[in-house]
Formats: sequence, structure tokens, C-alpha cells
Amino acid sequence: MWSRDRYKQMAEAVAMLYVKALKDMPPDVRIALQNAEQGETAPIGKTILGTIRKNIGAADRENLLICQDTGTPVYFVQVGEYAEANPVAIERAIRQGTERATTSHPLRSSVVSPITRKNPQTNTGYRVPVIHWDFVEDRDDVEVVVVPKGSGSENMTYFRMLLPADGVLGIKRFVLESVVGSGGNPCPPVIVGVGIGGSSDLCMLLAKKAIIRPCGERNPDPEVAGLEADLLQAINASGLGPMGLGGINTALAVHVEHAATHISQNPVAVNIQCWAARRGRLTIRSTGDLAIGF
Amino acid sequence: MADYQLTTPLTDDVVMSLHVGDVVTVNGHIYGLRDATLIRMFDQKVDIPPDLTGAICLHTAPGVRLEEGRYVKVSVGTTTSTRMNRFTEGLLGQGVKAITGKGGLLEDSTKLLQAHHAVYLGLVGGTAASETLQIEEIEEMWWPDLMPECLWKFRVRDFGPLIVGIDAYGRNLYLETKQQALAVVKHMEM
Ligand code: SF4
Repeated sequence: MWSRDRYKQMAEAVAMLYVKALKDMPPDVRIALQNAEQGETAPIGKTILGTIRKNIGAADRENLLICQDTGTPVYFVQVGEYAEANPVAIERAIRQGTERATTSHPLRSSVVSPITRKNPQTNTGYRVPVIHWDFVEDRDDVEVVVVPKGSGSENMTYFRMLLPADGVLGIKRFVLESVVGSGGNPCPPVIVGVGIGGSSDLCMLLAKKAIIRPCGERNPDPEVAGLEADLLQAINASGLGPMGLGGINTALAVHVEHAATHISQNPVAVNIQCWAARRGRLTIRSTGDLAIGF
Repeated sequence: MADYQLTTPLTDDVVMSLHVGDVVTVNGHIYGLRDATLIRMFDQKVDIPPDLTGAICLHTAPGVRLEEGRYVKVSVGTTTSTRMNRFTEGLLGQGVKAITGKGGLLEDSTKLLQAHHAVYLGLVGGTAASETLQIEEIEEMWWPDLMPECLWKFRVRDFGPLIVGIDAYGRNLYLETKQQALAVVKHMEM
């Protein structure tokens, strides 16, 4: 089993990971933004995309946060079949790391009680950080992906139980109208996460899972990948553009994740990630080596 | 799409020279506020300490650090303005000439801005690193109990670019663009 020290190191690493995610944009998102700026035809859109890229440069140079919204801390943990780790201790390390990053950097605490609206100033609270677990065959490592999820985009979340008779066409219309109807609120150009199928709870989770995929990476299922391409094309043809002020770049990518569903259901969920698609990945090998990346 | 340099406080003449799509940068002072600040001002009707005549108000809740009894910037960006739409009238009543944030304001605010000769300046959402560098200093802060949603006074240099999203002539580029985009989508073959 992992030693006590390993969880201590893990908490330290999570604290580093959280701050790094807020400051260092993943390379896939940088490339997508660069392509967007080059291709943008609307003058205001081009100015906006140029400003976004300068901002990422300023964050790099001056060691600043990319965006002031430190987000809701959402973690995706993958535990390998042969990892000798204790999930309770992992959860504790994630919580400690998040709190440590918040108080020692310091970071703005963006998390409050939904009833009293009190802010404990730690970026944690009852049932937060949000932690999702996956258990993976044939691996012995533990991987933690953090997404400090910005609220401007999270507020633009949609879910509907469509009818089986609405088919894929109904899904497409729902996604398109949700994204375009959000206007400039989620800070476009966005990454659109779409969940299809499952039960209602799984469907929402799939939409969130979709946004952590490296920007523009296609779903391995060619039919789903085709749906992603169609949706991206349609969203960008709307002309909503960067910040909702016009242009050909409303979305950088559309990622779809799906699951089997009930014969009488056709659930669809949309979770939007802003251009500030911050993400960090911590890998803890069976040897105890730690690696931080995207 | 013209470029302007603005200095605070803003006058009616300056405001009337701006049209949607123009790009501006600001020198002088900007007041930071958001949900809790506005609730205190206009729902709880607490007296507002500074004079906001000609002011630019920014929707923000900055990240700050306390150093020798003073608040120092860590990260200052902006937040979605539509959430604070219902406070537009209150701010304009105080003499505020420009509201800045991201995402724009709604139809009723567009009419109010026109009636009061004021504008909405759209920041590029999420670009807090640049904005933090453009803020020279936090000069004053009121209502520390609302942290981080206090009322802040920032001294800024070349703050921007800000895009005139709603002008004093009743045009709202956010709503116009969204309506057009929704119309395009409605007729799209899928
Ligand atoms: S939506 Fe994203 S980019 Fe925009 S302000 Fe919020 S966290 Fe930042």
C-alpha cells in the first residue's frame, strides 16, 4: 500500500497542480486559439482573439492567473487496477491540496454555501471539491485531472430528456440552440461538451467529461466523430463569434461522449467550457514518481 | 470601428462620440463592484461612499493579497454583466457613465443607457492577466465584510481594449449579434 508520505506528497502536488492549471494554458488550447485568430474574418473578432492570446502571453511572462475566476474545483481521478492506493486518503489529499493552494498563493475563493452564501475562503466546502472516479484495467498508476471550472461557462449548462423520436436531429438542434442562445456569456470561443444517452446523471457527467478531452481530439467512434464535426461547423456558421460580438469562431471544438440509454429515453446534456479551458494532470506512478502535465 | 483613448471622469460629449464596435482604452480610475456590492447599494440602500459622477464601473470580484494593511492585486478580471442587469438604473442614477464587464446587458438596460447618455464597454472575458497588469494600484476599498465583492477603486493605465457593446444611441451589439445568429441557426439544414 502507498505510504503516508506519499499522500503528503500528493497533497503538495495537488496544490501545485491547481495553481499551475490556473496559469499555464494547455498546448492544445493554445494551438486552437492561434488557428482561430489566424482564420477570423471579423475585425472585432480578430481583436478579441488577439487580446486573448496576448493575455496568455502575459500570464506566462508575469506568472499571473489567466482568468480571475478560480472556478469550482472539479477533479477526475483514474485509479489503475493494480494501484495500491486508498481512495479515502486520495480524496483527503485532493481537498488538502486545493485548500493549501487557495490560502498560500493566495487564490480568490470562489466556493460558497448554497444556503447561507457564506464563503469559507478555501475553495472547498460540503461535497466540494467535486471528485469523479474511474477505475481502469491493467494499470498501476493513479491519475488526477483538475479542471478549475469557470462559472461564466458553467452557468451555461443545459439538459433535456428528448424523445427517442427526436433522434440525432433533435440532439443537434438542442446543442446548437443552447450554444448560440448563450451568446457572449460563456466567453466564446468555447469548447462544447456534449453528453448523449445514459441516465440523466450519467448524461451530465459525460458532458463534463467531454470538456476535459484535449481540444479538438476526435471521439474514436467515427459516427460520433462525424456528429462532432457537423456540430462544430453549424455552431461556427451561426456567426455569433468571439465574445458573442460576431465572427466565425464561436467554438474551438465540440466533444461528444455517449453511453447506452433506455429504450424510451433520448437524454442530451451540454456543458460549455470557455476559451480559458484550464486543465492540469498529475500522474502518480507505482514507484512513487510524480509527474505534472496537462 | 474607431479607436479611442478615454480619461475618467467621462463627460456626456465623450460618451456621445462612441458607437457600437468602437474600441477604447481607459486611463484614470475605475470602480469595481458586483452582485453583493450592488445589493448593498440598491436593495439595502446603504449610502455609497465615493461620488460616482462620470465614473466607469467594472463588474469584478478581484483576487487580492493583504500586505502591510493594504490590499494588493493578485488577479483582477471581470464577470458576466447580465447577472447584474437589474442594477443598471441605480448606477446610472448615481451619474455613472460607463458600465464595463463581459457578456453585455439586456434590452431594458439598453434603453436606460440611451436615456442617461451612458455606454456599456465590453471587456474580453477571461483576460485577467492583462487587466491585472493594466491596474496600477488599488487606491481604496469599502465594505471589507463583502470580500471579495467589496467596492474597489482602481487606478488604471491603458486599460483595455474595451469594445463599445452598447452605445448611447440604443444599439446593443450583443443582442443584435445573438438575434442574428439564432435566426441563422433556425433556418439551418441539419
Ligand atoms: S467564463 Fe471562463 S474565461 Fe470567462 S470569465 Fe469565466 S472562467 Fe474566465
